[in-house]
Amino acid sequence: MYVLGVETSCDETSVSVTLDGKVVLSNVVLSQIDIHKEYGGVVPEIASREHIKGITVVFDQAIKDANLEYEDIDLIAVTEGPGLIGSLLIGVNAAKVVSLNYNIPIIGVHHISGHIYASHIENDMQFPLIALVVSGGHTELILMKEHFSFEKLGETQDDAVGEAYDKVARVLGLPYPGGPVVDKLARSGKAEYHFPRPMIDSKDFNFSFSGLKSHVINLNHNMKQRNEEINIENFCASFQDAVTDVLVQKTIEAKNQYNVKQILVAGGVAANSGLRKKMKESITDIPVYFPNMKYCTDNAAMISIAGYHKYQKTKKVDDLMLNGSSRLNLVEEN
Amino acid sequence: MEIKKWIKSLDDTEALAKVITENLFPGFILGLTGDLGSGKTTFTKYLAKHMGIQDNLNSPTFTILKIYNNSLDLYHMDVYRLENIGYDYELDDYIYGNGVSVIEWYEYIDSMLPEDKLEINIKVLGEFKRQLVIKGKGRYEQIVKDIDNRYGN
Repeated sequence: MYVLGVETSCDETSVSVTLDGKVVLSNVVLSQIDIHKEYGGVVPEIASREHIKGITVVFDQAIKDANLEYEDIDLIAVTEGPGLIGSLLIGVNAAKVVSLNYNIPIIGVHHISGHIYASHIENDMQFPLIALVVSGGHTELILMKEHFSFEKLGETQDDAVGEAYDKVARVLGLPYPGGPVVDKLARSGKAEYHFPRPMIDSKDFNFSFSGLKSHVINLNHNMKQRNEEINIENFCASFQDAVTDVLVQKTIEAKNQYNVKQILVAGGVAANSGLRKKMKESITDIPVYFPNMKYCTDNAAMISIAGYHKYQKTKKVDDLMLNGSSRLNLVEEN
Repeated sequence: MEIKKWIKSLDDTEALAKVITENLFPGFILGLTGDLGSGKTTFTKYLAKHMGIQDNLNSPTFTILKIYNNSLDLYHMDVYRLENIGYDYELDDYIYGNGVSVIEWYEYIDSMLPEDKLEINIKVLGEFKRQLVIKGKGRYEQIVKDIDNRYGN
C-alpha cells in the first residue's frame, strides 16, 4: 500500500510516500526556519504564506522521488492537528484536492501519532510500549498496548519542555530556537546551580515546567542585580539536568508500572543530547529508541506511516469534510 | 477606568478570575501582559475552569492560538512572537468572533485590537505577590467597577 503523507502543522512543508507503513520512498521537507528565525519563532501568517508558495512543488517532488505517479497512491494521510490553524488548513486542503482529483481516499492524522510512529521507520514497535513525547508544543507520556491505540498517562500542566528551553534561551539572550543552543552550551558546562525538579515526586505522570522557568528567570535576574557573573555553560547544564531528571524519572516510573517492552522518545526535543544520554544510561533493561535525527523534526514520512497504521486499525477513512484543528486529543484518535 | 489590585496567592488569582468569568459575553477581549513567569497562563487556567472548560489548559506559546470549544468558546493566544510584526490577520476571525479571546502580550498587536477591551498588566512583586493594573474602556468600564467592588485585595 502506497501512502502519501502531508505535514504542514508548523513551519515545515513536507510530503512523503511510504510503502506498507514501513519503507520511506520519498520524504521532501521544505523548512522555513531561516525565515522565522529573525522573529524569534514561527509567525503564523508568514508560515501560511510560505506553505502556499511551496506546497505544489513539494507534492510533485515527493511523487517524483518515489518514482511513482499520483495514480499509484492508495491512501493520503494528512496532519489534521494540532498546530497552527492556518498552516494546517493549507496541508489539509491541498490533500483534499489531490484526493478529489485522483479519487484517492484520505485520512486525517494526529501530529503526535506521527512523531510516535517516526520510531517505527527504523525499529519495529513492540507492545506494550511507553512513548515520551517532547517538543515545543507537547510534553506527554503515552501508553500504547497495540498499534494505533493511545492512552495518555500524563501531560504538562503548563509549558511544554521545548517551550521552556526557548524561554530560558530568551532570558539568557541566546538565539531562537533555544533548545539546540542550550543543549550545546550545557555539554561544556557543569550542573553547579541548583534548580528545582518540578513534580518529580508527584506520584502521577504529569509535568510542570512553568515553575522551573520562573526559578531560572529569577536566579538570572538576582545574579545580574548583585553583579555576579553568570557562567552560561553551567547555567544551561543545570537547567538541562533538572529537565532531563524529571523526564527520565517519570518515564522510568511509567515503564515499571506498565511493564512495557520498549520506550520511544518522540518529538523535536528527542534530538536533545542530554536527554538521549540520560535516558540510555538510566534505562538498560529494555530498549529505548530515539528516531533518526531527520525524523525527529516535523516531516511527512512519519505522518504517512502513522496514517497507514491508523487505516489498518480502523479501516475507516475521512471524507472531504475533513478539517484542521488547533487542538486535537490524541486519545480520541483510537 | 483604571484600578490597582493585588494578588498574594493562587486563591486570589482564582477569586479574580471568577469575578471576570461572571462578566463574560460573546466577543469579550481580555489582554494580559507581564513578564515571563508572572502568571498570565495560570490566570487563564482559572478563567477556563470557571467558564466550565474541562480540558487541561496549557501554554499556547507554540501554536500562538489554542481553541477551547465550550458553551462560550475560549480563544487563548500568546502573541509574544508578533512583537516586531504587530498583527496577524489569521487571528482576526477569532478576536472579532463570538468567543472569549484571552491574549497574552496583547500590546504587541494593539493596532489590530478594538479600543474597547479589558486589560490587565501584571507586575511581579514576590514569589506569589503580584500587582495588577486593570483597565477597561467602553462596555468594559462597568466590568472594572464590578471587579473593584467584588474583588477585595
